[in-house]
Amino acid sequence: MIGIALLVRRDLRLAFRGSTDAMMSVIFFILAVILFPFGVGSDIKILPHIGGGIIWVVALLAALLSLDRMFAADHDDGSLDLLYLSPVSLGQLALAKALTHWLTSGVPLLFAAPILALFYNLPEAALLPLLYTMLLGTPTLSLVGGIGAAITLGARRGGVLLALLLLPLYIPVLIFGASALDGAIAGRDIGPQFMILGGFLLAALALAPWATAAALRYAID
Amino acid sequence: MLHRFASPARFSRIATRVLPWSVALTGLLFVAGIYFALFASPADYQQGETVRIMYVHVPSAWMAIACYIFIAAMSAISLIWKHPLADVAARAAAPLGAAFTLIVLITGSLWGKPTWGTWWVWDARLTSVLIMFFLYLGHIALTHAFDNPQRGAKAAAMLALVGFINIPIIKFSVDWWNTLHQPASLTRLDRPAIDPGMLTPLLLMGLAFMAYFVTMLLIRMRADLNAARARARQLSAAE
Repeated sequence: MIGIALLVRRDLRLAFRGSTDAMMSVIFFILAVILFPFGVGSDIKILPHIGGGIIWVVALLAALLSLDRMFAADHDDGSLDLLYLSPVSLGQLALAKALTHWLTSGVPLLFAAPILALFYNLPEAALLPLLYTMLLGTPTLSLVGGIGAAITLGARRGGVLLALLLLPLYIPVLIFGASALDGAIAGRDIGPQFMILGGFLLAALALAPWATAAALRYAID
Repeated sequence: MLHRFASPARFSRIATRVLPWSVALTGLLFVAGIYFALFASPADYQQGETVRIMYVHVPSAWMAIACYIFIAAMSAISLIWKHPLADVAARAAAPLGAAFTLIVLITGSLWGKPTWGTWWVWDARLTSVLIMFFLYLGHIALTHAFDNPQRGAKAAAMLALVGFINIPIIKFSVDWWNTLHQPASLTRLDRPAIDPGMLTPLLLMGLAFMAYFVTMLLIRMRADLNAARARARQLSAAE
């Protein structure tokens, strides 16, 4: 537990000091969401209907952006080998990395999403569901993304490959996240969507670090 | 049992002996299946002659799913027992599965145009098959993404297992999504009990596709092993 906290602190420090990666994915998120009205038109009657879906789709893409760096920097400079030898298990390392990824590129989206909802004239009834579904959904993306990052560690063209591998696996989160917003706008009960998103998160929390650790072992050997 | 077939040389010998028979069987089944499918079976009272597309479409769909299960099983064998041929089998099967999936999609839309009046509907089953096609593409891309083929095989095996666990989840999600967004205009054809005259070509074609898969798998695996041998010989000659 302490090991995880120390790893998260180290990676957060690295993220905020050195690179602008963390800011990049939220800026990409805002910019890409703003692009859509130029493509589909600014009809105030259409935008609220497609806004929730667009925000969710772009959130998936934004989550992908910094994933290929999740283990790559540590792999390149050799610190991954040292972490492998340290008392922290690979599963804990995977959990810590996923948590850091979520804190740096999932949480910023939560702050940006309500502002983007205003651009799309989403009804107020959809604002809280948007936040809650993203709160439940984005950690799942980071956890499952960790598996992808570990599997593609050391591959040529890692970034594009990662999108091809992960986007099909992200579809269930997208479906339930977006449909919760649809339901909220239509005034339906959206309890089931929350339950299922929560179930995805719990399943990912239990299985993903374990799978990531197994994939890392092959990458290090 | 598993380890008796672990030697690549032994596998190549057996494959060479089996191949002529499996090629002949595949050809025979295809000739019989196509004859029954095109000539000796009735047209559907509702779909007319387009029902004959089903004799390609349905067996490819069976094989597309069977092939993914095969790859997942081979991946598990590769990761658990480090069986040297399991990686080769998974690598050989992936493009075959992708091809079957593509055939399902193409024949499905060819059938959909005259029957439903549109090339594509976001029906739950169609959408799931489309996603499966991308899972296959990801698997193939990952296999070839590493300089070290061993690493590529292990990564692809991990991906196949993760995908295998995810397929039921994706299927469930897509079904759920589809019931919410089901367009009202689309009336799905009910599936009546299948006419025995149609069952014969369907089963024959199913067996033909399966025999084709086995034949191609053996050919591709043998080629893969030979390529590895040739590489090794080149390296030792260069030294």
